[in-house]
Amino acid sequence: MERTIDILLRNGFVLSFLIVGLIMFLTELASKRLFKKRIPGIALAVVSGLVLAAFGKEKGIADVGIFSGMALLGGNMLRDFTIVSTALGASFQEIRKSGVAGIVALFTGVTFTFFCGSLMAIAFGYRDAESIATIAAGACSFIVGPVTGNAIGAPSDVITLSIAEGVIKVIVVVIGTPLLAGKIGLTNKHAAMVYGGIMGTTSGVSAGLAATDVRLVPYGALTATFYTGLAVLLCPTVFYPILKFFFP
Amino acid sequence: MKIYGVALLAGCYFSGLLIGEWLGMLFGIPGNMGGVGFSMLFLILLTDYLKKTDRFSSDLEQGMGFWNSMYIPVVIAMASIQNVDAALHSGTVALVVGIGCTVLCFMLLPLMSAAFKNSNPTDGADD
Repeated sequence: MERTIDILLRNGFVLSFLIVGLIMFLTELASKRLFKKRIPGIALAVVSGLVLAAFGKEKGIADVGIFSGMALLGGNMLRDFTIVSTALGASFQEIRKSGVAGIVALFTGVTFTFFCGSLMAIAFGYRDAESIATIAAGACSFIVGPVTGNAIGAPSDVITLSIAEGVIKVIVVVIGTPLLAGKIGLTNKHAAMVYGGIMGTTSGVSAGLAATDVRLVPYGALTATFYTGLAVLLCPTVFYPILKFFFP
Repeated sequence: MKIYGVALLAGCYFSGLLIGEWLGMLFGIPGNMGGVGFSMLFLILLTDYLKKTDRFSSDLEQGMGFWNSMYIPVVIAMASIQNVDAALHSGTVALVVGIGCTVLCFMLLPLMSAAFKNSNPTDGADD
């Protein structure tokens, strides 16, 4: 037994692949069987990750010996590296196809979301630019929040908060999209592209549109992919300095 | 060689991070300003260029594609190493901001669609 644990301890990084793979398999199964795909497996998996983190302390589950490899797999280095690689599916010719509306929707979506998030953070009593910017970026998606927070040096609890916000957004988008599609005119490719640009959060938009009309998925996913890139660019470089001006 | 794809990806990664650091220094902010965003921009420009000149081999794409597919697993691992205890104290903030901002965005869509009713995408996809 001792030697078994020793193997796990010495190979923490490889073990983390096994753990995450297992989490994704189980949540995918739960999404299909229990929720009839109403809540995407990815959202459930991220929630499971957060639940797992609750068993540890400051560094989440990585504080527990055999799970220490999670700190490398989920650390800033691999996170940023894999985010960059998501730009692989994107190309400027594609975004041009979505026309002026898609591009305007992208900028409006990111700016509007950040603006609303900032106001809410201020309303909740946050007064430092770092926390406000991270909470506002978290309203964009569960990846824009932590990337922005790490870049500008926000406190760790605020970064966790921003991930939770992003997860809640995914769930609201997935459940809300099919319910509101008719009311908000989400019935054609054109609207789907604008929708992806305003909402961002690719997993939420794809799953939400799939539940509405499968044919719309690629159009929404297209602009949503650009959303993350634009948001991680604008939040720390443009929006944060503006906040810093008001909250020095 | 798949490693060339991974190496190019790493090249874009560092180019972007360096620019982010320089911008941070320029504006006197002790952090990286949008480095990841710049890296993504470089990767898009690079792959566009390689595709145009017909040099984007499937090996290159597979080398980059593997890391692309690791994105979600990494996000899940990232969630598992968070300081959840501290964040739970302000869980209401996450709920209110998460739901609030999303609902406001939902309301924005009809306005946006109405504003652009006459501007169809350039390829006429809105058929």
